[in-house]
Amino acid sequence: MSCGVLAIAEQVNGVFRKVTYEALSEGRVIADGLGCSLSVAVLGSGIKNNSESLGKYGAERILVADDAALEEYMTDTYTNVIAGIVTREKPCVIILGASSRGRDLAARLSARLDAPLAMDCVAVRLDAGNVVVTRPMYGGKILAEIMLEGEPRIIAIRPNSMKIAESQKTGVVEIIVVDKGSTDLKFIEKKLDTGKVELTEADVVVSGGRGMGGPDYSAIEKLAGIFGGAVGASRSAVDEGWRPHSDQVGQTGKVVSPNLYIACGISGAIQHLAGMSSSKVIVAINKDPEAPIFAKADYGIVGDLFEIAPLITEEIKKVKGL
Amino acid sequence: MEVIVLLKQVPSTESFVGISENGLSVKTDDVKWVINPYDEFAVEEALRVKEAHGGSGSVTILSVGTEKAVEAIRTALAMGADKGILISDSAAYNCDGLQTAKILAAAIKSLPFDLIIAGQRAVDGDNYMVGSAVAELLKIPAITMVMKESIADRKITCSRTVEGGMVVIEAPLPALITTQRGLNEPRYASLPGIMKAKKKPLEIKSLKDIGLDSAGTGAPKTKIISLKYPPERKGGRMITGETAADKARALVKALHEEAKIV
Repeated sequence: MSCGVLAIAEQVNGVFRKVTYEALSEGRVIADGLGCSLSVAVLGSGIKNNSESLGKYGAERILVADDAALEEYMTDTYTNVIAGIVTREKPCVIILGASSRGRDLAARLSARLDAPLAMDCVAVRLDAGNVVVTRPMYGGKILAEIMLEGEPRIIAIRPNSMKIAESQKTGVVEIIVVDKGSTDLKFIEKKLDTGKVELTEADVVVSGGRGMGGPDYSAIEKLAGIFGGAVGASRSAVDEGWRPHSDQVGQTGKVVSPNLYIACGISGAIQHLAGMSSSKVIVAINKDPEAPIFAKADYGIVGDLFEIAPLITEEIKKVKGL
Repeated sequence: MEVIVLLKQVPSTESFVGISENGLSVKTDDVKWVINPYDEFAVEEALRVKEAHGGSGSVTILSVGTEKAVEAIRTALAMGADKGILISDSAAYNCDGLQTAKILAAAIKSLPFDLIIAGQRAVDGDNYMVGSAVAELLKIPAITMVMKESIADRKITCSRTVEGGMVVIEAPLPALITTQRGLNEPRYASLPGIMKAKKKPLEIKSLKDIGLDSAGTGAPKTKIISLKYPPERKGGRMITGETAADKARALVKALHEEAKIV
């Protein structure tokens, strides 16, 4: 069996996404289990200097493809480059973050390499040399254990599901020359709010539902803000047009697993619960004492969220000494 | 404009999904079956593309599934699609995402198309895979998670959602796109639409009919070895207090001292 774990880093403007560290840390665990090495592929433009820091998370080799044509993520060029690296390195496992970009790349790569892919994995274990992953299906209503057969096994991990661990190893940067191939896709522009905390990566998520009664989310924005967290919404709030689609938490939106999830004015439809029940601690605030969300919450408060949320914000400020 | 929609029939998201005795599959007896919500956006967008191009060309619904999936295809035809093709073959019932993509790609090879639209994922397997894999197998460009598209001069320009915003990308046709919530508001099937749908062509094909044998799809590369329910969340405790301020204080104390996350 060929061996070697290849992690794929994801960076935006030279800053690595948190899930990159999670993928590297988990990749290290897998590599140790299989008794092989961990490399990481970093694609981008002008990223040479930042890449060295990835050694801290267990990569022995940091393979840097630095090229102006790789500045923006384009499915075809990135697939071509990664496929080239795979042909050369012959990894038995590829691990990357299941971000919007990571999912796009993983799916295309799986078909290109005729390789098994498990998307949105929340756990990985080795069983007599086999790689077994756990991944949610049916929007998190069911957890499946999946065995991946064939190589390289592509594991896309769900953000916020794996621990980040620093390693004693130091990585060596290798600049690699790669064939970018031809490209059909053309980058036109991007509109990014870089100040916005990404829902799927946030440690704290405060979501508002129908109980918000309108588009004024300032009370829960302040509460999320004090944690450096993200604001989410239920489907009904999104359907009302109070929040953008990208904020929707649930089976047909984003699945989140923060340390703390605060549901404000959300009754707890099965689709919403599927999207947040893997959160570590859940707090629910709702006027209706019968709301189903209370059955899933670690802590429940019956009351008016517009009165209670600001008071919680003030109390947390006190505890944090702000 | 020839548009193909990749469609899957799935349990509705309101359904409770139970695990079978064998622990390897889900119980589907009491499930309400619907068009995958992301594929509904795909059907709607296909109809809009056809309408925007003077109504010429056709919208073809293509699905892999059991014969029950005929219902989902009929619904799409009632929304306004022109014809349906269902690949239904007992050899294809338990295939994984990559095998499904191989079947779809094989079926598409004999169909004319300018654009393929697929859901970003099906809400049963949540694989986020089939659309991109079909595009790769057909060697055409794909843009995933599309919120907005426009077509001009044989090029499609798409706004694709990414963390924190949007990226605008252009691809030459033929191309494949996958849908994101917000792309459109799917229409309901009208009563005349439902009547008309009954007469629209709907073919059921086997793998052999599309020139595939089991070697063509290969063995599944992902195998379910167990299914389980996520750990049941035990209902916690209600925070009580005389006033809202008391409750807020008690909650933060609990988060700080018990849960230790503040």
